[in-house]
Amino acid sequence: MTLPRFLVANARQAGTVAVFLVLCLVLSVLTPHFLTTSNLLNVAQQTVINAVIAVGLTYVILSGGIDLSVGSVLALAGVVLALALQAGWPVPLAIGACLVVGAACGTVNGLLVAFGRLPPFIATLGLMSVARGGALLVTDGRPVSGFDASFRWLATGEVLGIPVPVWCMLAVYGVAHFVLKRTKFGRYVVAIGGNEEASLLSGVPVAACKVGIYALGGGLAAAASVLLTARLNSAQPIAGLSYELDAIAATVIGGTSLMGGQGSVFGTLVGALIMGVLRNGLNLLGVSSYVQQVVIGAVIIAAVLLDTVFKGSKR
Amino acid sequence: MRGIAKRYPGVVALDGVDLEVRRGEVHVLLGENGAGKSTLMKVLAGAVRRDAGEVRIDGEAVALGDPRAAQRAGVSIIYQEFNLVPHLSVADNLYLGREPRGAWPGLIDQKTMVRDASRQLAALGVSIDPQARVADLGVAEQQMVEVAKALSIDARILVMDEPTSALTEQEIERLFTVIRSLRARGVAVIYISHRMEELFQIGDRVTVMRDGRHVGTRVLADCTMDELVRLMVGRALTEQFPARTARQGEEALRVEGLCRRGVLHDISFSLRRGEVVGLAGLMGSGRTELARAIFGADPIDAGRIWLRGRAVTIRSPRQAIREGLGFLTEDRKRQGLVLCRDIEENTSLAHLDRFTRAGVLSPRRAAETAGRLTTELRVKTPGLGQRVVNLSGGNQQKVVLAKWLCREADVLIFDEPTRGIDVGAKAEIYQLIQRLAGEGRAILMISSELPEILGLSDRILVMHRGHLAGEFRGGEVTPEQLLHCALGSPPAP
Repeated sequence: MTLPRFLVANARQAGTVAVFLVLCLVLSVLTPHFLTTSNLLNVAQQTVINAVIAVGLTYVILSGGIDLSVGSVLALAGVVLALALQAGWPVPLAIGACLVVGAACGTVNGLLVAFGRLPPFIATLGLMSVARGGALLVTDGRPVSGFDASFRWLATGEVLGIPVPVWCMLAVYGVAHFVLKRTKFGRYVVAIGGNEEASLLSGVPVAACKVGIYALGGGLAAAASVLLTARLNSAQPIAGLSYELDAIAATVIGGTSLMGGQGSVFGTLVGALIMGVLRNGLNLLGVSSYVQQVVIGAVIIAAVLLDTVFKGSKR
Repeated sequence: MRGIAKRYPGVVALDGVDLEVRRGEVHVLLGENGAGKSTLMKVLAGAVRRDAGEVRIDGEAVALGDPRAAQRAGVSIIYQEFNLVPHLSVADNLYLGREPRGAWPGLIDQKTMVRDASRQLAALGVSIDPQARVADLGVAEQQMVEVAKALSIDARILVMDEPTSALTEQEIERLFTVIRSLRARGVAVIYISHRMEELFQIGDRVTVMRDGRHVGTRVLADCTMDELVRLMVGRALTEQFPARTARQGEEALRVEGLCRRGVLHDISFSLRRGEVVGLAGLMGSGRTELARAIFGADPIDAGRIWLRGRAVTIRSPRQAIREGLGFLTEDRKRQGLVLCRDIEENTSLAHLDRFTRAGVLSPRRAAETAGRLTTELRVKTPGLGQRVVNLSGGNQQKVVLAKWLCREADVLIFDEPTRGIDVGAKAEIYQLIQRLAGEGRAILMISSELPEILGLSDRILVMHRGHLAGEFRGGEVTPEQLLHCALGSPPAP
């Protein structure tokens, strides 16, 4: 496929990338500090957490659902990880326990949605509160801090000059992209989001897939909690507040339709990067955090508005 | 209404239809499924914009650009599915969008509304509490609320689409009393129903439609049921059906005593390899429900199913597909296709196993198969990456077909395989069905088009209100016989 044809076929993604590049260009003109290696690595580091959570949400949203519980699940999985580490568990085992907790929360979401027939919004809203409460309960509301250097390497280490969390993020995206494009599960995810009834009548195991999708979402939130805990050297029961909104925003900016059935993992990565760069650039420019919120909200609205306008004109 | 025409991409829904309805008359509109009755009424109600023709009400030409304009012109329509808000009161529903203003703008004068509502209901001679919630009413009472709502806007023309389909005998009698009093008040009632007995009870004149055309208007008192059935069927079997060449083999599917409460009653039949069996019946007779029950899409209350002589229990479509069944659904957009995805993804969806090795999907192999099938079925498309939403109806249907051909299904159930597609594509699909039978597959074809059923089927099953009402050999039955059977009326001696 030639480059122009590729761009036409992936117009939405090309658009997201173009916006990202323009944004970088503008910021590098406005402030000399933007286009430095240390700052770019900094942006990448700050994007990692949101980007990893957003992968899970991309799957959920592609299937026509939503997951509001990821921020709370991140907190719960994080404190479980921290308590396990402080109890002297080996690092891999503690991380395993953390991922299991996250996936279990997601599984509960999936079961409620697939078999309890609850709207995803309600099921995950409920679990959002349950998981947050659980995190506060097990820690008595206090942060759990101070870990071994071998664990903290996950945040501080570098391989080939690139921080370990960035490698983790790239690995997650690589696998998520592959699964979406090259496995039955991936095909089923978009088919369910595109037309659940037709999928069911085509023999797609809709219920099982949904459980898997939400479990994946919870598992990835837990994975993000590993990186966050390592970076902060502390797990907070109140961590991850409103992270679900950032992740939804990254997914939507990346071109995934909230109706389900259309979107890509790659788009979400760019969406997360756009949010990260925007925050970083506004910080460098000395824009207050209040104004930043306004700007980011406007960007989300603009992204979705462009989508609807674009689709409307094709009819 | 004069010379009304409406065409959709690939289909002519209405082809210059004339309809004249007088004041104080109950005018019956009759025709097979898809004859264009509903479209014609939607034009009258302003829900569908006509391409040509004119509508005059009391001699005055009216535009009917949208439903509100139609209402202002005095047209009111009661659809088969009610348009009531279940959790609001009867009075709220009657005056929805036209609530009497209260003391302040935005407030509703509840008292006046309830009083007016009870007056409207009393005028119909029904006793319904205007403050009752609509959801708490029975179907017949809801029907009366619909009638009251229609009349409260001062309708001069009232259209009723299958108003009795959910009513009991007594309730029907009550409805008829109301209709007669409306007639006496000078309202023109257009009445659509498939229940022939009823038409003679309530109707004054009847207009028969077929294939989007007006074929005749009669005074009901002067004509017989046979004459009407003949008008409805009418046409000679001009469409070209391929010759049947398939040789029938052993039994492929047997269904015994299949029941689903209130929907399917004790259905038993069998299909042989190489056989095309037509399943005829009116809308709502349970044909699609039967297909869904066999395919595991709906639960069954009783009954057994054998495939290739082996008893099977099918609880989900997934299982049905594994057992070698395929089901081409009636509504391809809602149930057949993932519209926002491309051709390759749609054709391979039901059998990704074929293209998966060690858990990894090969899009290249899926695309090869999809390419072969779309070429074979002559799907017109710029490429396999085309989203199916951008294809025409006929091509979309071919993509659904490709999905089921991709897997070697032994038993294929086709539900309205040619609905809404053009003549050329129809002929191709007929040929394909014959070819599939020739390859030894068993085919159950649901269709509302009698010529299609008669032209393609080796055997014909007819359903009526959830029962199997008859079985005929293809070529030994007339369209009239089939229609009589589907209407549940005994054929004329």
